[in-house]
Amino acid sequence: MAQRSNAEKKGIVRYRIIVKGIVQGVGFRPFIYNLARFYRLKGTVANTSQGVLIEAEGQEETVHAFLASLKEKHPPLSRITALEWDVLEPCGYSSFAIIPSGEGLGKEALIPPDVALCADCAREIMDPRDRHYGYPFTNCTNCGPRFTIVRGVPYDRAKTSMARFPMCPECAREYHDPGNRRFHAQPAACPACGPQVELVDRQGRKVEGNWLELSWRFLQDGKILAVKGLGGFHLVCDARNRAALKTLRRRKGREAKPLAVMCLLETARKYCYVGPEEEKLLSSPQAPIVILTKRADCNLPDELAPGMKTLGIMLPYTPLHLMLLNGPLEILVMTSGNRNGLPLAKDNGRALEELGGIADYFLWHNREIVNRCDDSVVAVIGDTAQILRRSRGYVPSPVKVAVKSSSPVLGAGGDMKNTFCLLKGNQAFVSQHIGDLGSREGEAHFFASLENLKNLIGCEPEVVGYDMHPGYRSSRLAAGIPAKAHFAVQHHHAHMVSCLADNGVDEEAIGVILDGTGYGTDGRLWGFEILTGDCTDFTREYHLAYVPLPGGEQAVRYPWRTAVAYLMKYLSAQGESLADCLFQSRGQELEVIKRLVATGFNSPLSSSCGRLFDAVSALLGLCYYNSYEGQAAIELGEMVLDPAEGKRLIPYPFFIEGKVIHPGGVIAGVAADLERGVAREIIATRFHNTVLAMVREAVRRVAERTHIKTVALSGGAWQNRYLFSLAKEILPGDGYRLLVHRQVPANDGGLSLGQAVIACRRWQQCV
Amino acid sequence: MKENGRDIVLLAHGDGGALTHELINNLFLRHFESNILKTLTDAAVFSVNEGRMAITTDSFVVDPPFFPGGDVGKLAVCGTVNDLAVSGARPVYLTASFILEEGLPLADLESIVQSMAGACGVAGVEIVTGDTKVVEKGHLDKIFINTTGVGYIFPGVDLGYHRIKPGDKVLVNGSLGQHGIAVLCKRYGFDFAGQVMSDCAPLNGITSLLLKEIRGIKIMRDLTRGGLATTAKEIASACGLDIWLDENCIPVDAGVKGAAEMLGLDPLYLANEGKFMVIVSPEEAEKAVAVMQGHELGRDASIIGEVKPGKGNVYLSTSLGGTKLLDLMAGSPLPRIC
Ligand SMILES: [Fe+3]
Ligand SMILES: [Mg+2]
Ligand SMILES: [Zn+2]
Ligand SMILES: [Zn+2]
Repeated sequence: MAQRSNAEKKGIVRYRIIVKGIVQGVGFRPFIYNLARFYRLKGTVANTSQGVLIEAEGQEETVHAFLASLKEKHPPLSRITALEWDVLEPCGYSSFAIIPSGEGLGKEALIPPDVALCADCAREIMDPRDRHYGYPFTNCTNCGPRFTIVRGVPYDRAKTSMARFPMCPECAREYHDPGNRRFHAQPAACPACGPQVELVDRQGRKVEGNWLELSWRFLQDGKILAVKGLGGFHLVCDARNRAALKTLRRRKGREAKPLAVMCLLETARKYCYVGPEEEKLLSSPQAPIVILTKRADCNLPDELAPGMKTLGIMLPYTPLHLMLLNGPLEILVMTSGNRNGLPLAKDNGRALEELGGIADYFLWHNREIVNRCDDSVVAVIGDTAQILRRSRGYVPSPVKVAVKSSSPVLGAGGDMKNTFCLLKGNQAFVSQHIGDLGSREGEAHFFASLENLKNLIGCEPEVVGYDMHPGYRSSRLAAGIPAKAHFAVQHHHAHMVSCLADNGVDEEAIGVILDGTGYGTDGRLWGFEILTGDCTDFTREYHLAYVPLPGGEQAVRYPWRTAVAYLMKYLSAQGESLADCLFQSRGQELEVIKRLVATGFNSPLSSSCGRLFDAVSALLGLCYYNSYEGQAAIELGEMVLDPAEGKRLIPYPFFIEGKVIHPGGVIAGVAADLERGVAREIIATRFHNTVLAMVREAVRRVAERTHIKTVALSGGAWQNRYLFSLAKEILPGDGYRLLVHRQVPANDGGLSLGQAVIACRRWQQCV
Repeated sequence: MKENGRDIVLLAHGDGGALTHELINNLFLRHFESNILKTLTDAAVFSVNEGRMAITTDSFVVDPPFFPGGDVGKLAVCGTVNDLAVSGARPVYLTASFILEEGLPLADLESIVQSMAGACGVAGVEIVTGDTKVVEKGHLDKIFINTTGVGYIFPGVDLGYHRIKPGDKVLVNGSLGQHGIAVLCKRYGFDFAGQVMSDCAPLNGITSLLLKEIRGIKIMRDLTRGGLATTAKEIASACGLDIWLDENCIPVDAGVKGAAEMLGLDPLYLANEGKFMVIVSPEEAEKAVAVMQGHELGRDASIIGEVKPGKGNVYLSTSLGGTKLLDLMAGSPLPRIC
């Protein structure tokens, strides 16, 4: 190999370059190959578990030019987090070649997230002359499954669920041709060699015929299909068919929670307003569900999203989806294929068992889903994209944080909307959406996903951060994970630090945490919290007054219970008679609730923001029962006027005494407005303005005393469009530097990031 | 209330003097039928048979002392009798020690003593010795009773964690949660249509029947504080096996279900005073159910679950189709939903 005699010309150098980041499965090696040939360099390129390893030999200036263009022009899906090199003795390479992957010691190569179908592949599956015509698993280096099919690193076909599909000669030729779009595309496949679709009935018996035409016919007949996608099954039906929607809701036991739909961009525009930022997100490689505002003339059935002005839409992101939409149906419901509270079904056998009572037919295939991954959800508020669920398309890309950890840290997350987070160095790997941990199946999802992510990024956590709630499953699970140290983290401190970390900030800030309920250091359930603090510790500055939640978790399910508690606390006898009048239909239960409030039995005290929203929502008669998390608050949020108009309405009175914000004036004001027959839209808007006024006043007081000028917003209530857009106007206007979430959710899906960073800091203080 | 009259408990009732004697003779001896007790010696003396004996003690404090379906006296007898019964014993003798609050109406004390005597009659046990103390008003809440019981283990009976094997079936003798709801309603003044009554009852009748008929009984436990879930968790942890319960098979009557839902409580964690859990070999499970159903305290007996290999966890297959992990109760339940 080494032909030293020829190579020892003047100025020849050999660089050994390692590129780290998202550099595998994104067309990086062909890019390097072509770039090296362009600069007439000799050497090799290979995937290793540390990243892409390049040996480049040539004139020193040429190698420098090569490095500069590498940094500048790297492929669109790649992300370079580190670029390091050593200068070595030249060894006289004769050409430039891509060589097989080798496994190194530390695993630092990042697996890319799944990528939505690219335009080239879309064209091929629609082109009758192309060999990928009508093939639902077509992909290339620019698109296709990644995270969901990967078992280990380095990212090679052998370590994916494509391993069992040997490539046909034609696919192999494309795979080995550096000039081809499928050069080293690990999941590359065609009808001759790749996975196959099958349509089966509820018993798993194959339905003979053309699967695509049959699927269309079944959907047209109002049937429900369970369709195996990228990260799990979807339940699919015609979004325009009212009867089908009703059947789906009944069978799934999903009363009112909005159903996501899938359609082409033109169709989305027909039903919803699509702004430029929203269009960008819809068509991005991540292809999330984007929450869009329905057009005034939108005539889609109300059953899709009862009581909502918005609709969650995503574009087809796999060839299979595109083919389904390339027929008689322009818009399809694509809701997650799971039974109430359980993780998404991902394996054929389990799906038949779990979804057999819901779906009429199963459209599945024989490519295994290794990592379950739900669809991501994003909303654009003003000009800010707010991520509500960070999963498919984003995971496992890391969030770069301002702290640097020498020991890997695990943040175990919350109990609902769970994610966990592995912090390695300054990279925080937030897991896909795990969801509700209240079941054995949810726990199994947690552990399987943790094992997989640990394996992919090559780290074993040494420090663990978890929520201090004594009843959280996540905390029990965390305690069972062996580590050098376990740190209990307060829920809202974790929210606040999650927002700091999301912004790469590591300094003192004022945290405005508007949230549901989280366990506080005094054993109460917090949720409307103005904190000061940093990545290590916090002080509770102001909070909403405590109110009993009659029946504990039942009060979270039934918002009118909290309304009764508020009425009794702030309007005493008058409140009781108002409760009698408003909630008369509840009969005997109302008397029980009153006794619960009066005696305090099973009525934990809470300063929750979400529960205040619940109470007002119930007072306005909007929502008595939360059939999904946050329903009452969301429906109240849908009631408000446009911010530009709404902000002129006067807030209800409130006062601050010591550390406590008393909302008595809100309850009295809402009651009085109700009595005077004021429109619910006005009351709802005035209520939102009051919450903003409380925040503004509390922040002003804290800032005056502490001189802290950075304000971080976190907690699930910030998903409220009205609150968020006005806070983004008001607080910077008052002279604060405002931090909002950008990469992880403000809701409990972001908790794990905050926990990991806090645990990292506390550990650093111990050692 | 007449402070000087004889119709309330006075400090002097506990000083060992005239009033104490009056109390013993006119109240306790009148209700508790026992030749051994009648001797009023310093200790009860009795002869023993061959074999093994069981002894247990428990103190009973309940707010309020009277509740639908029972009172603290009935509870004091049943609680101790049941602990012996589920241990595989035939209860024989009880002791009863009273600590009374000054000012307690004597009529209340009498009705408590009366219901103790009634429960002893049903259970076929004798109270053979006792004690009475009175404390100043405010130093305790009305009445505390301690009972200690002894009994003979049925010959050939061997119950314990060591006998539990994967595949064994889990049974209960009836609907859960009645005692817990009955006491809470009385204590806090919750008013439900169709009052829930405590299930307080001596279980030695049904357990002895079961032990006589069924060889394959592995263990029995009464489901008092913490309810079915807590007891199941204790058993699972102790033997290192998993217990799977099926929500659809666990009997909970409509009254308890409705009340528990309104109060935000889980019937599986509510206290019972006349319910017990049995773990039995799979071959004899059906027969055991039939035997239990033949007794009036086992009319709703059913198989509610199974023992599986595992790591000491208790799982509940829910009616929604998921599997919930049941843990020991951690104080009062706090919402997990954010
Ligand atoms: Fe939260
Ligand atoms: Mg006991
Ligand atoms: Zn492509
Ligand atoms: Zn092929």
